[in-house]
Amino acid sequence: MAGKALTALITVVIGIGAALILYYALNKLAEMLPDKWEERVKPIFYVLPAVLAIVVYLVYPAILTVINSFKDRSSTEWVGTENYQTLFTDKGFQEAVFNTLLWILVVPAACVVLGLAIATLADRLGPNGEKLSKTTIFLPMAISLVGAATIWRFVYYAAPAGQPQIGLLNAALGQFGMDPVAWLQQSQYHFNSFLLMIVLLWSQVGFSMVLLSAAVKGVPVDTMEAARIDGASERQIFFRVVVPQIKGTIITVYITVLIGVMKVFDIVYVMTNGNFNTNVLGNEFWNQLSTNFNNGSAAAIVVVLMIAVIPIMIYQVRHFRAEEANA
Amino acid sequence: MTFPATTVIDDTPKAATRAPSARGEGNPAKAGWLTKTFLTVLCVLWMVPIIGTLVTSFRPLDDANNSGWWQVFTHPFDNLGNLTFDNYTRAWENSNMGQAFINSLAITLPATFIPILIAAFAAYAFTFMEFWGRDVLFLGIVGLLVVPNYVAFVPMLKIYGNLGMNGTFPAVWLAHIGFGMSLAIYILRNYMATLPKTVIESAKIDGASHFQTFFRLILPMSVPALASFAIFQFLWVWNDLLVALVFIGPGANEPVTVALAGLRTSVGQGWELTTAGGFIVIILPVIVFLAMQRFFVRGMTAGAVKG
Repeated sequence: MAGKALTALITVVIGIGAALILYYALNKLAEMLPDKWEERVKPIFYVLPAVLAIVVYLVYPAILTVINSFKDRSSTEWVGTENYQTLFTDKGFQEAVFNTLLWILVVPAACVVLGLAIATLADRLGPNGEKLSKTTIFLPMAISLVGAATIWRFVYYAAPAGQPQIGLLNAALGQFGMDPVAWLQQSQYHFNSFLLMIVLLWSQVGFSMVLLSAAVKGVPVDTMEAARIDGASERQIFFRVVVPQIKGTIITVYITVLIGVMKVFDIVYVMTNGNFNTNVLGNEFWNQLSTNFNNGSAAAIVVVLMIAVIPIMIYQVRHFRAEEANA
Repeated sequence: MTFPATTVIDDTPKAATRAPSARGEGNPAKAGWLTKTFLTVLCVLWMVPIIGTLVTSFRPLDDANNSGWWQVFTHPFDNLGNLTFDNYTRAWENSNMGQAFINSLAITLPATFIPILIAAFAAYAFTFMEFWGRDVLFLGIVGLLVVPNYVAFVPMLKIYGNLGMNGTFPAVWLAHIGFGMSLAIYILRNYMATLPKTVIESAKIDGASHFQTFFRLILPMSVPALASFAIFQFLWVWNDLLVALVFIGPGANEPVTVALAGLRTSVGQGWELTTAGGFIVIILPVIVFLAMQRFFVRGMTAGAVKG
């Protein structure tokens, strides 16, 4: 056991050492060239290892994934659009798409609203109260989604009727003399999906709150004062003065959470494994890959995700360019 | 890896972010009892699941499965005496959590520290050097920030399979280095862009090479951004489940997240073990997070608010 820890440390040292030697060698190599070439080659040498890592682990596999999505389960024979046809006619997959859309619709928006509410309200507390409440809400962000899912599975736990209920929700029901409910199996109106979303919200609202809190504090008090003098109510000040000035941060938070939601996997995998109509694309991908050993379908699911992410990508690049132009 | 607009600016102290007003510091609107009640209730709701898990992890099997954890508070005399560290010993030794904890360290440390230098060199070139295609390349990296790492799994499994690398630590080290690289470059480049250009120019005039400028000036000045990325990457790799499931899977090399997910499916595991396992998974990131929180928050906020 200690051996592995030692290996890790040695790897860190060797890894960083090797990188140092590599850059030193590349730099020396560039310096041996004539001045004109040195200026041209050096930046490329500096950038090359990083770009190579990105190409090998994102760009190249992305291309292969698109290709694999048109091949069979073991990526040997071409099958045309069969994987996509099977996927989109499969009821289970439609269910996963619908649930993912539901997550996309609910979680980012709820995250922004809750985060903004907490940020605005906590801003009015004294410094100690503000710090304590913010740390409390922020803390789950450090907890892995596997850990969060385990914690919440315990809250939703249902023992058979008649046995002592050790899950918090069912114990609360018991206090009112009600029978226990198997919460995670309640699929009418996607109730159980919403229960899973609560776990992600619990984990992510802190992120949203911290970013929005800083933005709210950055709103000049003068603008709020001016509105107040003009007779605006607190509600009007919030929606007409504060919100427009923090729009940029709201969009940033929304997009960040949105990307996380599209890929959501851990929570569903640990809590229901997609059963009881709670499946999502991330979990379906894992099922195709590990249970069905179907590379073609798994790749097709990833392509669907990639296409969904393109608009965000375009927005991201545009946003960055606009920001650079302002700087 | 989803922190799109994360720039790191260290020299914006929190107190100064509030724009000055005629009445001085702070929000003139003060919290009423409704606000205070709402926030208190919310904070309690936020913590109760964690407390329940923590308490259960110290209760013996019979207690944990026959009475709710809150009994420890409502009937302290019946329960407090029974609390035990036994679950942790059993989870650590019998359920492979101890081995998995070491594995997680072995995966996380290299995957956190090795990409930093590589990304820093690239960020330096993107910020301070001129070369053909620089801006287009960087825009490409900005775009790649949002690409889900799912794209890598199917092809890399095959490539790793051919190389005999599936199930090994280097497979996940390299994967995490690749997945984290675009964010690392992005954070560091945005930070370096805020450093005063005059410093670089005077170093140039003094005859310093790029190599010297990088190691003597830029790298030390970028420590806040380096640390901010290191914390993100540490939390991300430690907390990751999917990459580890795909490239390592359950077995001798599994990290804590995979081990905990496995505890769910193995037969006969009671809540006392699952909760103890859960705490073994979350304890280290929570400590790192609480210790570095100010740093973390400052890094996260300064840039995003700019946008």
